[in-house]
Amino acid sequence: MYQAFIFVLRKELLLAFRQKTDMVTVLFFFIIVSSLFPFAVGPELSILKIIGPGVVWVGALLCSLLALHRVFETDFNDGSLEHLVLSGEPLTVLVIAKVSAHWLITGLPVVIVAPLIGLQFGLSVDSLTILLITLLVGTPVLSLIGSIGAALTLGVRGGAALTSMLILPFYVPILIFGAGAVVADAQGLSIDGHFSILVAMLCLSVALAPLAIASAIKIALE
Amino acid sequence: MNIWKYSSPQYFYPLAKKMATIFFVFAAVFTVWGLYIGFFVAPTDFQQGESYRIIFIHVPAAWMSMLIYLIMSFWAAIGLIMNTRLSSMMAHALAPTGALMTFVALWTGAFWGRPTWGAWWVWDARLTSELILLFLYIGYMALRASIEDPRRADRASAILALVGVVNVPIIYFSVQWWNTLHQGASVSLTKSPSMATSMLTGMLVMALAFWMYSIAVSLIRVRRIIRDREANAAWLAESSGAQ
Repeated sequence: MYQAFIFVLRKELLLAFRQKTDMVTVLFFFIIVSSLFPFAVGPELSILKIIGPGVVWVGALLCSLLALHRVFETDFNDGSLEHLVLSGEPLTVLVIAKVSAHWLITGLPVVIVAPLIGLQFGLSVDSLTILLITLLVGTPVLSLIGSIGAALTLGVRGGAALTSMLILPFYVPILIFGAGAVVADAQGLSIDGHFSILVAMLCLSVALAPLAIASAIKIALE
Repeated sequence: MNIWKYSSPQYFYPLAKKMATIFFVFAAVFTVWGLYIGFFVAPTDFQQGESYRIIFIHVPAAWMSMLIYLIMSFWAAIGLIMNTRLSSMMAHALAPTGALMTFVALWTGAFWGRPTWGAWWVWDARLTSELILLFLYIGYMALRASIEDPRRADRASAILALVGVVNVPIIYFSVQWWNTLHQGASVSLTKSPSMATSMLTGMLVMALAFWMYSIAVSLIRVRRIIRDREANAAWLAESSGAQ
């Protein structure tokens, strides 16, 4: 079981590093989208400071969505997903491996670059630290919940737009507490509550999302 | 009498027609009664004037929108677990009514908010979570519509409904938290002033009317779904030939 986990994770990461364009595209999408906001809102730092955390969080969320279809779709199309299901290893474990790979490939780079974007919006060092931590806890939740949508829409017409429609409402709480923590801290409030709830949501989604994803995959393969 | 036989579309189909008629009659009676109380018996609110009377539509619609999501997920779950076709059809039939109720609640809320709050839309916790509920309904229907195989559509949308049920309380409480943090309690509805009894009666009667209407309409819709999906069944050809 542990071996299967490592095997799937390694395979996914290897594929991603051989085909670096995917990773790089998502990362630059994040940077470009976040840089668009000052053009739309105006260059005043006082305004940018207020919208900064929200922009970075929405950017991270869109990036996660953008790459979702790659989690299962290529494997579904070439039939290797079916082999994974038939392999006899617990599907939930394999699913966790695939989702972890998705996060490592698209979530982690975004988290690392996010403070740079935050600097452009004039956030203080304290705010940047909190932004980094909340993104670190929150983006795995985005990958987990998003993968449910990706698994449900496997081989279905409508594709990426449909997945976004199903998944975006579920992203609302993470957005609220993720971006909210940075705002609350800037106002001098304690962020313990925000942080605890983010971690709670991470625990809940790690426990439940793989089950939903695994059954969605089984339904898609029938 | 064996009531389980009604879990088969063949036996449920004629029963649904009879039940729908009865529930429509009840819906009509309760609507007339409730609207009579709402328009003629209930006194004018001394703060909000006549505009408060929209609650006789607004509140029952909001209640139904949340309740139908639960019932829909219940039938979806039963369909997923027990593999009963009719349960999934029932979940399918409930979704459009639920979405309609959510939309009505939002729409009437906007009409009430304009004179009361001075704005069509306020990012109030209740309004916002109702809006997200509408998105959930739309997502459910969109997923179902885009999968061609009906059995797969049943099960995939059931999983989505269950994920939704787990998330609805989380969304609701986080929206409430977000709302209290960002704007003060300038427009608080939570401490509702004591309501005149006739207002409460009117609202409850209208809620009953909405219940009856939702049941009746869902039954009609489930009949259409049965006709759609069992189009090749012999019993359907017989029963429609006999009528």
